[in-house]
Amino acid sequence: MASSTVLTPPHHYLNDGVGIKSWLLTRDHKRIALLYLAGVTFFFFIGGAMATLIRIELITPAGDLVSDETYNKLFTMHGVMMVFFFLIPAIPAVLGNFLVPIMIGAKDLAFPKLNLASWYIYMLGGLFTLYAVVAGGLDTGWTFYTPFSTVASTSNVIPAAVGIFITGFSSILTGLNFIVTIHRMRAPGMTWFRMPLFLWSTYATSLINVLGTPVIAITLLLVAAERIFHFGFFDPRVGGDPVLFQHLFWFYSHPAVYIMVLPAMGVVSELVAAGCRKPVFGYAFVAFASLAIAVLGFLVWGHHLFVAGESVYSAMIFSILSFLVAIPSAVKVFNWTATMYKGSVSWETPMLYAYGFIGLFTVGGLTGLFLAAIGVDVHVTDTYFIIAHFHYIMVGGTIMGYLGGLHFWWPKISGRLYNEGLAKIAAGIIFIGFNLTFFPQFIVGYLGMPRRYHAYPPEFQVLNVLSSAGASILAVGYLLPMIYLMWSLRYGKLAGSNPWGAVGLEWTTTSPPPTENFVTTPVVTWDAYQYDAQQVEGHVA
Amino acid sequence: MLPEAVHQQTHSPSLAHHFDNLEQQREAATLGMWAFLVTEILFFGGLFTVYMIYRSMYPQAFAAASHELVIWAGTTNTAVLITSSLTMALAVHAAQTGNRRLLVTLLIVTIALGCVFLGIKAFEYYTEWVEHHVPGLNYAFEPEYYRNAQIFFSLYFVMTGLHALHMIIGIGIMLFMLWWSIRGVITTEYYNPIEIAGLYWHFVDIVWIFLFPLLYLIGRHAHV
Repeated sequence: MASSTVLTPPHHYLNDGVGIKSWLLTRDHKRIALLYLAGVTFFFFIGGAMATLIRIELITPAGDLVSDETYNKLFTMHGVMMVFFFLIPAIPAVLGNFLVPIMIGAKDLAFPKLNLASWYIYMLGGLFTLYAVVAGGLDTGWTFYTPFSTVASTSNVIPAAVGIFITGFSSILTGLNFIVTIHRMRAPGMTWFRMPLFLWSTYATSLINVLGTPVIAITLLLVAAERIFHFGFFDPRVGGDPVLFQHLFWFYSHPAVYIMVLPAMGVVSELVAAGCRKPVFGYAFVAFASLAIAVLGFLVWGHHLFVAGESVYSAMIFSILSFLVAIPSAVKVFNWTATMYKGSVSWETPMLYAYGFIGLFTVGGLTGLFLAAIGVDVHVTDTYFIIAHFHYIMVGGTIMGYLGGLHFWWPKISGRLYNEGLAKIAAGIIFIGFNLTFFPQFIVGYLGMPRRYHAYPPEFQVLNVLSSAGASILAVGYLLPMIYLMWSLRYGKLAGSNPWGAVGLEWTTTSPPPTENFVTTPVVTWDAYQYDAQQVEGHVA
Repeated sequence: MLPEAVHQQTHSPSLAHHFDNLEQQREAATLGMWAFLVTEILFFGGLFTVYMIYRSMYPQAFAAASHELVIWAGTTNTAVLITSSLTMALAVHAAQTGNRRLLVTLLIVTIALGCVFLGIKAFEYYTEWVEHHVPGLNYAFEPEYYRNAQIFFSLYFVMTGLHALHMIIGIGIMLFMLWWSIRGVITTEYYNPIEIAGLYWHFVDIVWIFLFPLLYLIGRHAHV
């Protein structure tokens, strides 16, 4: 680690204005990133509390801790909170907000006021959904399937749907802001193919946000209208088609998986390059793989409907298209691995998360291929196999990427170094806890344990106890970074502008950066990841 | 030329601090609006998809229900909206050429036409209510199509209702533009707000151009 003696400059974005008002009315993308950090962390721990109760209930085969109805509400609220209020915004809204302008050498995002508005929209949507929790919960599953959600459920469908509808606009507007910023705000010389790969994946994610989110918005609006006014859209009593709801829902919610995992892939590209001191192998392939995933991701939603009454021909086509998504995903995994080959591979904390991501994402991705195969999918639909598969992608993928990125850029964000030893231990605990939690679920699911029940046959108990034990380890792993990152804010060593010896514009400015990011606008004359050229420290004089 | 230098040269009160020059600011704002309109297309696109699927499932019920709409009101509204798009386009031209009085007049006409559209739409909603065409709340229909026509009317109210909401937002934006024009914020150098507000206005107009035939015209004569 390159130790730098550069002192924290007297003026940076964190001390440019004090008091609560200077934060709540800020237009600085870096401060807004921290507002989002507070928001997503809050919702993560609420979703995590639900998961804790689920795992405690499942230690015994009998449904003894909570009633079946309460259990329905627990897994629903766990899914809603984690998907819409943590996984989707986490990397783009926190790391993306902080990094996109800095990585392209701009002073801010194209629309700073809109950026702040996006945060308020996100929080407002979150409050609506929290209200649904406090007022008695929601029991439809995070998927809101009709006609249960429109006709049968007596829980708080409307506030939750409205909350997700509102939060959707936050995703759309953030995506729009990133697209315009990347198109129009790049510093002189920062061509598209000199951009860090994190920006390519953020750009691809933003495209999905702008194209997909409005469809879930209108779909949930129709569900709400059907409940409020008793309009008929999906109600079979007036000739409505509940399967149409599923098509509309998954048209967004499958691409949403890529909204969650693409930014993590972008983070991993940065971590691997910095951790191996090498340019990412096959830069253009990795960049275009992001776009390919975004495009193909829109064409595979039908694989969620293999057992829902879809024609055999559409099922076949959706199956083939789902296999195709594996290609750009595999390109990325192979290219990261090739980058490590003969690299000076580091064992610092961010890199540990990158290793974790590559391994866990590969497991999640390969089991995704099982599910793209119609025959296997029919066998394991609605079992714990599905649960394990998508947690490997969303938790093993997205959260590993998020935490890796947070550790990598924390010195830049806060200007301080965290305790490396503790951080390594936490990364190890998370990796072990995660696998112990979710690997048994592959087995128990394949053996036939269905998802969404609070009781189960006794022969599944051993695997469930293992899973719950893993969850408790995982919880410790998630609490640790909270503690030592907060601790570092006050007591951490000063980081200096480039503690990792990494390249990239964000490492050329001070830590924390000044409000306008750069004292003078940088002029870029080099490609991304020029580690061999060793321009590591101070390529801007 | 270094961007800093450009920043110094063309420092205008209309230039936000994080842009290098007005040109960059204008391009960013325009691209932002286009990206937003793409989102809007997908938003209405979801509705159009639902409409087309049910239309193909229940063509007769949809034709029968469509027949009940007030055709003259829909037609008049189409003419009103197209005219408002013309005045909007002329307003952008007036802003470009710095003709402030014409700009103010044209914006007022555009707003007035928008209000006329909403007035006629409100009259239509009232008529549907009186004739028991509101599913769930006040509904009656010929027995043969009683069930499936509810889907048509549900879609009718959601589609035209969301369109009307966009009109109301559009009128709000235009009032804001009017205020800016009167105060002299809009200049030949900085007329971009009018331009992108116009983009939004035309988009809302185009949505109606699709709604009108889908809801009012298709199969109208098939049903006697």
